[in-house]
Amino acid sequence: MSDMNSIYRQVIMDHYKNPRNKGLKEEEGYVLCHLKNPSCGDMINVESKIQNGLVSDIRQDGQGCSICCASASIISETLKGKSVKDALNIIDNYLKMVSNEEYDKSIDLDELAVFEGIKDFPARVRCASIAAQALRKTLEKEEKNA
Amino acid sequence: MNYKQYFPVFQNRKDMVYLDSAASSLKPKKVSDAITDYYNFYSGNIERGVYPISFEATAIVEKVREKIALFINASKEEVIFTRGCTDSLNTVALSLKENLKKGDEIITTELEHHSSFLPWLKASEEKGAVIKFIPLTEEGKITVDNFKKVLSDKTKIVAISHVSNVMGYLTPVKEIIALSHIKGAIVSVDGAQAAPHMKIDVKDLDADFYSFSFHKMCGPTGLGVLYGKKELLNSMEPVELGGEMNDEVSKDNVTYKNIPYKFEAGTMPIAEIFGAGAAIDFLNEVGFGYIEKRDKELSGYAKKLLRSIPEIVIYNDYEESPIIAFNIKGIHSHDAVSFYSENNVCLRAGLHCAEPLHKWLNITASLRASFYFYNDESDVEKFIFVTKKAIAFFKEVGYLE
Ligand SMILES: Cc1ncc(COP(=O)(O)O)c(C=O)c1O
Repeated sequence: MSDMNSIYRQVIMDHYKNPRNKGLKEEEGYVLCHLKNPSCGDMINVESKIQNGLVSDIRQDGQGCSICCASASIISETLKGKSVKDALNIIDNYLKMVSNEEYDKSIDLDELAVFEGIKDFPARVRCASIAAQALRKTLEKEEKNA
Repeated sequence: MNYKQYFPVFQNRKDMVYLDSAASSLKPKKVSDAITDYYNFYSGNIERGVYPISFEATAIVEKVREKIALFINASKEEVIFTRGCTDSLNTVALSLKENLKKGDEIITTELEHHSSFLPWLKASEEKGAVIKFIPLTEEGKITVDNFKKVLSDKTKIVAISHVSNVMGYLTPVKEIIALSHIKGAIVSVDGAQAAPHMKIDVKDLDADFYSFSFHKMCGPTGLGVLYGKKELLNSMEPVELGGEMNDEVSKDNVTYKNIPYKFEAGTMPIAEIFGAGAAIDFLNEVGFGYIEKRDKELSGYAKKLLRSIPEIVIYNDYEESPIIAFNIKGIHSHDAVSFYSENNVCLRAGLHCAEPLHKWLNITASLRASFYFYNDESDVEKFIFVTKKAIAFFKEVGYLE
């Protein structure tokens, strides 16, 4: 069962059991996006705050499988402090990686690289993508407002 | 009896354990042969042609309609071909909603598949009607007593499934229909999960409408049936307009054909209708006696073995049914189902198009194993073996304590 081991890695389990940046702020300055996977019931909320062109905070909350929840946690940790441009670029390449599409390997995906194995599990691509898609929405919304 | 030999999918996937027949059954060679027969030997349109490939194909389509009528004890003109059960259920709601008035009541349940519930939710919003849910028992069942609690003089429609696609329970529809008729209400039965597993007699049930899909009963995708009582169908407006459903068309008027054609606008899925004929023959040969017996034996065996695994929770362990709704405690169903899939066991995970029921159960998602007559004891044993292996795996990676 090498394949299953490639997705249920220690890092993913750790983030699933001890999620980072969990709980929404619902404060002024935060932009929220709620996404849902209607077939499996995964449900994710992502909040972000931009200050001076940097993603100064990311909060996340929701329910779902371990891949969905761990990806929300890892994304929040990895992208916090990055510039909006870099964060969007990482999200874009991360989404391509899990969907088994060509992506720019010179970009440092940091801990998000643990999800590389997802590309061999087509049924789980959506689980690994939903939090990244939600964050992309909040960042794009904020960029537009700015 | 080894029925797997009739299903070509196993030729290339010998080790596949298919436990998702409630989503779609497998299809026997007879059915795919009948479908290709249409393309190879007929290939023309029906109802309108005046040459051999057309009138011969038309005769076969009408023969299949007769077969289906016999299969559910209806008469031929009461059998309407649709795109599937979803289409059938929508047609009933879209046509009947015009009779609804503000304050009228529609009775349904939290057990419904979205395709049984949503068309009425929309109709109720449009017309100002009120939706009433039959309270479910602690086990998640629909009872006649609880139905009586919501039935009233305002009830106009009862939309209810014959068998739940998550729990597999059999609804006492015959009693519910009789009580509804006393109040003058019309009953639309969703038979998607019942028709594959038991003999349906629409006359005995006295159902006003009965809907099902062929792909869940060894037949083709993209084809379903809407059974409706003659007098009701005659009084209803068609939902789709187009070719072959009208008698006479002028610049400012149209008259419709008689039933069933009034409800069959445009070119029908002819090849699929050929396939449906073969599916009915196949099911008749297997026999519902055998199907019901195997449903019980296989799901009973699986439930017995599952019960001995402490990490397993079963949600519908109150009655025999070919469906087992369960979870591995502490493991999200989507994580579990990937493990099953990697080990060649096909299950369904998620909400199964029945979100209200999962809210009622107070869980976010579930696993579903569903059995059909082509499964066997070794499928059950492999399913249990993989279940135990999954639990060991998720413990090893630290997911489970
Ligand atoms: C109870 C029930 N009703 C309706 C449907 C819808 O059938 P179809 O998708 O074939 O239209 C299903 C299929 O999943 C079902 O299980």
